[in-house]
Amino acid sequence: MKEQLEAIQAEALERVAETSQIKELQAIRVAYLGKKGSLTGVLRGMGKLSKEERPIVGEIANRVRESITQAIDQKNERLEEQALEKQLEKEAIDVTLPGRPIQVGGPHLLTKIVEEIEDLFIGMGFEVREGPEVETDYFNFEALNLPKDHPARDMQDSFYITNELLLRTHTSPVQARTMREYDGNKPVKMICPGKVYRRDTDDATHSHQFTQIEGLYVDKDVRMSDLKGILDVFAKKMFGADREIRLRPSFFPFTEPSVEMDISCKVCNGEGCSVCKGTGWIEILGAGMVHPKVLEMAGYDSSVYTGFAFGMGPDRIAMLKYGIDDIRQFYTNDRRFLKQYHNA
Amino acid sequence: MNVLVSLNWLKNYVDIGTITPEQLAEKITKSGIEVEGIEYVAETSKDVVVGYVKECEKHPNADKLNLCQVDVGDEILQIVCGAPNIQQGQKVAVAKPGAVLPGNFKIKKVKLRGIESNGMICSLQELGIQDKYVPKDIADGIFVFPQDVTVGEDVTALLNLNDAILELGLTPNRADCLSMLGVAYEVAAILDKPINLPEEKVITSGEDTHDFVSVSVANAELNPYYGAFMIKDVQVKPSPLWMRNHLIAAGIRPINNIVDITNYVLLEYGQPLHAFDYDRLQSNEIVVRRADENETIVTLDDQERNLTREHLVITNGREPVAIAGVMGGANTEVVNDTTTILLEAAYFAPTSVRKAVKDTGLRSESSTRFEKGVDPNRVNRAGVRACQLFEQYADGTVLSNAVVFDKLDRSEKEVDVNTSEINNRLGTNITTEEIGHILAKLRFQYEKNGDEFNVKIPTRRGDITIFEDMLEEVARIYGYDNLPYTLPNGVSQAGALTERQQLKRQVKNFMQGVGLMETISYSLTRQDYVTKLISPEINKSNPVPVRLAMPMSEDHKYLRLSILPELLHTVSYNRARNQTSISYYELGSIFTSQEEILTKQPNEQLRLSGVLSGLWTEHEWQQEKKAVDFYVVKGLVEGLFNFLEIPVTFEQTKLTDMHPGRCATVSIGDQVIGFIGQVHPKLEKAMDLNETYVFDINMETVLELYDNVPRYYQIPKYPSTTRDIAFVLDRTVLAGDVKKVIEETGAPLVKDIQIFDVYMGEHLQEDKKSIAYRLLYQDPERTLKDEEVEESYQTIIAAVNDKFNAYVRS
Ligand SMILES: [Zn+2]
Repeated sequence: MKEQLEAIQAEALERVAETSQIKELQAIRVAYLGKKGSLTGVLRGMGKLSKEERPIVGEIANRVRESITQAIDQKNERLEEQALEKQLEKEAIDVTLPGRPIQVGGPHLLTKIVEEIEDLFIGMGFEVREGPEVETDYFNFEALNLPKDHPARDMQDSFYITNELLLRTHTSPVQARTMREYDGNKPVKMICPGKVYRRDTDDATHSHQFTQIEGLYVDKDVRMSDLKGILDVFAKKMFGADREIRLRPSFFPFTEPSVEMDISCKVCNGEGCSVCKGTGWIEILGAGMVHPKVLEMAGYDSSVYTGFAFGMGPDRIAMLKYGIDDIRQFYTNDRRFLKQYHNA
Repeated sequence: MNVLVSLNWLKNYVDIGTITPEQLAEKITKSGIEVEGIEYVAETSKDVVVGYVKECEKHPNADKLNLCQVDVGDEILQIVCGAPNIQQGQKVAVAKPGAVLPGNFKIKKVKLRGIESNGMICSLQELGIQDKYVPKDIADGIFVFPQDVTVGEDVTALLNLNDAILELGLTPNRADCLSMLGVAYEVAAILDKPINLPEEKVITSGEDTHDFVSVSVANAELNPYYGAFMIKDVQVKPSPLWMRNHLIAAGIRPINNIVDITNYVLLEYGQPLHAFDYDRLQSNEIVVRRADENETIVTLDDQERNLTREHLVITNGREPVAIAGVMGGANTEVVNDTTTILLEAAYFAPTSVRKAVKDTGLRSESSTRFEKGVDPNRVNRAGVRACQLFEQYADGTVLSNAVVFDKLDRSEKEVDVNTSEINNRLGTNITTEEIGHILAKLRFQYEKNGDEFNVKIPTRRGDITIFEDMLEEVARIYGYDNLPYTLPNGVSQAGALTERQQLKRQVKNFMQGVGLMETISYSLTRQDYVTKLISPEINKSNPVPVRLAMPMSEDHKYLRLSILPELLHTVSYNRARNQTSISYYELGSIFTSQEEILTKQPNEQLRLSGVLSGLWTEHEWQQEKKAVDFYVVKGLVEGLFNFLEIPVTFEQTKLTDMHPGRCATVSIGDQVIGFIGQVHPKLEKAMDLNETYVFDINMETVLELYDNVPRYYQIPKYPSTTRDIAFVLDRTVLAGDVKKVIEETGAPLVKDIQIFDVYMGEHLQEDKKSIAYRLLYQDPERTLKDEEVEESYQTIIAAVNDKFNAYVRS
C-alpha cells in the first residue's frame, strides 16, 4: 500500500506541477482528495491492514494528503495571482490622457481686494459699514463740508437724478450717516466699501462706475501720528513689509490737514522707473484729519473729538498690483479676464 | 489747476542756490504742492551765438535762398539762409559748425546749390521753443534779436534756453500759487531763504486821471474794488526779450508790449488786469453794473455773447465794453496805433465770474484767478506795477491819482494757535521756538504770549481761516516725514463682520464652490434693458425706472431693475469672443421706486442673479458633454437653499422674456422671492445668445430669514426602511404636486421623498408618463413594524390614485 500511496503522490504532484488552469487544479483536488478521489479510495482499503501496519500507513497517507493539498494550495495561489496580474494588466489605462475638468468658479478680483482690505481693518478693530448708492445731496456733499455753491461739486461731475438725489460720488456719506447714528457720543471706527459713480466717459483710466473703500476713526484725542501709524500698518500688510509710506500735503474739503499717501515703488524699490514715473513713489490713497465742520454737522463736539479719514480705490490698487492697464476690464466681465485672478 | 513755474524767473525773487530742479521739485511736493513734471526748455549748445548780418544778397543759383555774411564776433561766416524775413543789419542766432541743436541736429559746413554755407541762422523752433509759443509774425522765419545784444554772445541765456520749468498741480485751496510771488513765498518758506519782492515805483505826470475818467460801480458786492489808471503816449511794439522769455516759459505767447505787460503782471502778482484803448472807449466814464437781459457784447475773439442779469459788465456808460473778469470787448481792444491806455485793476467776486465763465464757456488765465479769489492787497499794487512797466517798456506817461472805487475788505484774519494744542493734534513734540520759526519762514506775522500765538494771516492766503488750517501749515513745513508713527490710544474694540456681511460672503463662497464666477456689472443700464427680466414680485409693485437727469450715454441711463440684462449682455460679449460656456453670478443692488419724479431715495434691494449658458460639464475625449439646462440651474438654487436650510418651493409660471414652458417662481412659504428658467428664445436671438438660463433671487428676504445659529440634529438611532412606487400619470400632472400629496398623506412616518425615475415612451400611452418615488420611513423613537409601513404605503397609493387619476405601474 505504501508503494501505491507514493505512486498516487508522485502522479498528483506531477499533475499539479503541469497544470496552468485553476479549473484543472480544482479537478485534481477532486480526483485525488475528493470523496471519490484516488487517495480516499486507497485509504478506504486501510481496514484490511493489520493493527501494526495501520498507524504506519496512516501516517504515510496523511503525509501524502498534506503534500498534495499543499501543492494544490500553493499552485492555486500562484495561478490566482497570475490571473489577477493578467486581469489588472488588461485594465491598464493611459494615465497621460486628460482628467475630467472640474467646474471652477471664483470671486471677482475687486471683491478679493475689497475683502482683503476689510479683513485687514477688521483685524485692527474696525467695523464694516454699508450705505445706499443713491444718496441725498446732503449726505454726499453738504455733510462733508461741500456746501451747495462749492466749486468742487460741479453738477457736471456727478450723476444727479433730481436736484436733491444723486448716485454717490464716494462712500464718504456712509461715514456721515454712521457718525449721525452714533449721535456724537460714541467712538467711530469703521470702513465702508462700495460702488461709486462719477460723470466720466469710460476709457482706459476712467470708469463711470468704480469701487471705493473709505475709513473713519473718531475718538477723543486722535492724533495725526495715529493716522500715519495705521496707514503704515495697512500699507505693509497690503503691499509688503518692506514698503515705506510717505505723506504729502493735499486738499479735500472734508479733512484738514489733508494728505496723500504714497508707497515706495515695489518695481524699482524707490530708484525710479516707468511704473512710478521716475519718482520712486506710487500714490495709493487720500487721507486727513476730519474737518471740524464735518464733526460738528454730525453732532460731534470738535473740541473734544478728533479723527482721521482715508479713502482708496480698489480698482487702482488692483491695477497697480497686477499690472492691469484698462479699468474697463473690471466691468466687461470677459471670462478669460475673470478666470485669471481666481487664485491670485 | 496747473501752473508753470520758470526757475530762471523764480530766481528774481528767491535765491534758490545750487539746488537742482529735481531736488527742489521733491521738496515742494513733500511740503504741499505736487510737482507733476519738470521740463527743460532746450538742450543747450555752446556754439549758438548772436551774429550780425553784415551783408545779405540773393543766392546766385536759387530764388528763395539768401547768401549772408554774418559777423559772429571772432569771425565772419558765410551762411546760406532760406528764411523769408532775413535782412541786412539784423542780429540773429547763429549755430556755428559743430553746434548741436535739439533733436541731435548737428551743424556742419555744407554746400547749398554750389555755395559754401558755414552754419545756420536759427528760428526759435530750431532752438527748441515749442511752436505754440513762437510769436505769430515769425512763425515761419528766423528769430531777430533787439539791437542791444552783443555780437558773439551765447544765445542760451538770452533766449532762456537753460531754464527748467516746474509744472505745479495746485489743489483748489492753493490759488495763492497762481502767481510767481505766491510760489516765491512758498519756495522761500521751504528753503528758509529771504524773499525779494519787486518794488512798484512810478513817476506820474502832472495830469490828473480824474480829469479823464470817472468810475462808478452799481454792485459793490460783486465788484468791491475798481482802479482805473491812465497811461498816455504809449508806443505799441515788441516787449523786451526777458519779458518774452518769461511769458514763453509760463506758457503764454508774446504779442506786443501792452498785452505782454498785462499778462506779465497777471503771472507775477496773480492779479488780472485789462487794458482798454482810451480813445476807442469814446467816453470818460466807467460804469460797472449787471448786464440787462438780452444785452450783447462782441468779445476780443470776435464772438457775439448774450448776457443776462447774472453777468457783471464794464460799460462806457452806454454799452458793455467787457464782461467783468472774463474778457474784454473787441471794439475797445488795444491795437497797433493805440496811444492812450485805460488800465483796469479790479477785484471781481468769484461767484459772478464763475457764472459768466459757465455761461460763455470762456475760461482764461484771468477768469481762473478771479474764480479762486485774488489777494485784496495786491489789486492796486499790480496796477502800479503795470504802470511802471508801461513807463519803462512802452514809453508811456502815467497820469497821477488813479481813479478808484474801493469797498474792499483788506483786513487780515487772525487765528490763535498754541504749542500744546498743535502737539496734541499732530502727536509731536514741536517746541514753541520751532513753531515761531515756521511762522517766520511762512512770513506770517504773529504776537506771541508764552506758547500762545496770535497769527495774522496774510490776505494772499485766503485759504487759512481756522485753527486746523494753521495746523496744516505748521505740519507741512515741519514735515510729515517727521511725524512719528503711533497707534490710537482709544479703547480697543473687536472688529467683526455683521451676520449679514458674513452670510453674503458665505453665499458668494457657495456660488463659487459650485462653479460660478462672480461678476460686477454696471448699475446703470439702457432703456431697452431696464424693463427686461424683472422678477415677478418686483414687477407687481409697478416700479418706475429711475432715470439720470443728465446721462453721459444711452448705454448708462437708467438704474437697473434687474441684474440680468447686463449679465446677458456680458454673455453675448463673451460669445462673440468664442467664450460660449458661461456660468456667472452677481450679488448686487437693484433700485426700485414707484415715483415718476423721485422725492426720496429709491429702495435698494440686494439680489443674487446668475446666468448659465453652453456646457455645464465637458470631458471631450470621453465624448461626455452636459449642456446647461433648467435642472442644472434649479439644482444650484436648491443647493443654495439646502445649504442655508431655508425651504423653498418652485412653481411653474409664465413671464415676459422667459421661455413659457421653462420658467418657475421661487418662493419661501407664499412669498415669491425670485424666478429661474430659460430666457425666451426670441430674446436669446435678439441678444445673440444660445440657450441661456438664469436665476434671480431677492437676497434681502433670505438674509432676514437666515438663522445663523448652527443647529444640531440627533443622528437617528433606529433603522429606516425605503419603499419605491412608480405612478402612471397624465403628462400634465406635475411631479411636485404628487410629491406634496405623498408628503401630506405619509406624514409623520415618511421622512424623505426622492424621485428616481421619470419615463415617457413606447411602454406607456402617449399622454401618460411614469414617475418613480423612493419613500424613506423612519421613526426617531423606535423601529417601525412592517405592517405600519405597509399600511401607510397603501394609503399613499390610494390618495395619489384618487387625486390624480393615477395607477401604480407594475
Ligand atoms: Zn518705480
